[in-house]
Amino acid sequence: MALTSHDIDRLAQLSRLQFESPAAERMLEQLNGFFEIVEQMRAVNTQGVVPMAHPVDEMQGLSKAIADADAHGMTLRLREDVVSEPNQREANQRSAPAVESGLFLVPKVIE
Amino acid sequence: MADLHNKSVAQLAAMLKHKEVSAVEVATRFLARIGGNPHTAFLDVNSEVTLAQARASDEKIAAGTAGPLEGVPIAHKDIFVTKDFVTTAGSKILQDYRSPFDATVVMRLRDAGMVTLGKLNCDEFAMGSANENSAYGAVTNPWDTTRIPGGSSGGSAAAVAARLTPAATGTDTGGSIRQPAAFCGITGIKPTYGRASRYGMVAFASSLDQAGPMARSAEDCALLLSAMCGPDLDRDSTSLNVAKEDFSRLLTMPAGDKPLAKAGKDGKVLKIGVPQQWWGGNADQTQWLSELGMLPAPSHLLQWETWSLINAGLKKLVELGAEILPVQFDKPELAIPVYYIVCAAEASSNLSRFDGVKFGHRAKDFSDLADMYQRTRSEGFGSEVKRRIMIGSYVLSHGYYDAYYLQAQKIRRMIADDFQKAFAQCDVIAGPVAPTTAWNLGAKTDDPVANYLADIFTLPASLAGLPCMSIPVGLSEDQMPVGMQLIGNYLQEAHLLNVAHQYQLHTEHHRQVPGGAA
Repeated sequence: MALTSHDIDRLAQLSRLQFESPAAERMLEQLNGFFEIVEQMRAVNTQGVVPMAHPVDEMQGLSKAIADADAHGMTLRLREDVVSEPNQREANQRSAPAVESGLFLVPKVIE
Repeated sequence: MADLHNKSVAQLAAMLKHKEVSAVEVATRFLARIGGNPHTAFLDVNSEVTLAQARASDEKIAAGTAGPLEGVPIAHKDIFVTKDFVTTAGSKILQDYRSPFDATVVMRLRDAGMVTLGKLNCDEFAMGSANENSAYGAVTNPWDTTRIPGGSSGGSAAAVAARLTPAATGTDTGGSIRQPAAFCGITGIKPTYGRASRYGMVAFASSLDQAGPMARSAEDCALLLSAMCGPDLDRDSTSLNVAKEDFSRLLTMPAGDKPLAKAGKDGKVLKIGVPQQWWGGNADQTQWLSELGMLPAPSHLLQWETWSLINAGLKKLVELGAEILPVQFDKPELAIPVYYIVCAAEASSNLSRFDGVKFGHRAKDFSDLADMYQRTRSEGFGSEVKRRIMIGSYVLSHGYYDAYYLQAQKIRRMIADDFQKAFAQCDVIAGPVAPTTAWNLGAKTDDPVANYLADIFTLPASLAGLPCMSIPVGLSEDQMPVGMQLIGNYLQEAHLLNVAHQYQLHTEHHRQVPGGAA
């Protein structure tokens, strides 16, 4: 099922991008070219296969089989919710496009 | 010392340690070679910063407090954020951006004593296989300046090959260390996913991005990798909690005529698996094995000359004591759509941070906030980045998620499981890095799918998160380098590097220098 110019408009909106003609037509053609090679993937029988979001997830299941590794080291973790970075407002705002009195400036969003 | 720029990382480290040369002399030599920016390899150089670091190294050497790589120069792919150099990720949206901090990898290499020469050109946000997607100009291949150097770490590969730096960092999401290393005739390794911290690496596809070194030998890569890797638990939630390793430790094993006869599991013979579907040849495995190196034709996936040089490389490994056996990967072409769906999905999410508010480019004229976002991003991103964001938005959108993104993740698991089946039979997997040698500049610029198809051999190990590397195995008739890929099981970098090192001890391919760079 090929994409249409309507899809390109919708995806551009979702992606916060703009395409003028003829860039929009070229994008449509290239995305359709890409989804042609994707078709082969849709035919694969994946019933019962657990989706793999991350390699660490695969390593964890195998950690016993892998020399030098232990299951403890092969996990995704969250750190403690504590402040670890010092305040560096000036350094952090040095590359901002518009700053005033230590605040990031954006166009008015509330009338 | 006229040939200082031809010295390896190991040689320079020893010379500096024994005060045969000073860090300032070494840095000055490389800065002079970088002047004029051959191959458009560098995006930022700051000789004051570099020489200050070199002077500090000389003081540490004099004081006896030197790090293991004290005074040895390195340059960083412009994907790593740096305090003292501009970081653009090859994108106009980050033009002139200065990070308030250094990436962990940059910090670790500084801690080891390395002196930073500057920042290296790359494809925009590491998206590309030719380094033609940089907003700051394409990089040229030192072996033939009408050709691409490979990508996305094209600046890194070209700079090492042209002797502008003895070493460089790269990042590999779907082949971005291995493929440019192969195309420029150098050695590069991507470690197991999670070995090197992603903190301060501008994010492209978070479940795939991994840093690694690029240099001229496996020996140098082992030294660099040892300095780069190690847990970074508070700063990267995907950093593996496995102890820092000396990846050079196996390189000193007793060599002899057949070093690989004892380089496998438990000191047994090294078994090298060759994916039969990558290779072509007869489906009858026995016949296929007996005819290895004498097959009438390569598979449709592989150019003949590349195939024959890699075959010669495999034969050499057999001479060194290894055994070769076929391993099976059904439908290798599937890795391409799976990878490009996963990486596009992750990229569309990661790149949403570029909105023209906290850093980077902001459009001049806009009517409201939404218009500002759209204009800023449309002006700031190049066409390949926009394509991947669009693909990502599509495969993650309501009604398409299961059919594309989830299906891709399931096949990703099947590919990773195929590797584990193979590793039950063999210690290392060997194959091509790319189907051809480096192509001409502009040859595939307008055909993104043609670029994607050329990644077929590097994508599977990336999807699985396995350690993998590229080593030079010779030059084609038109004098372009060919690389052989070696893939190991999780955390087996030291074994992988040893196989590569033993090969390099007995061959000269990694010593070949592009014309004009000697």
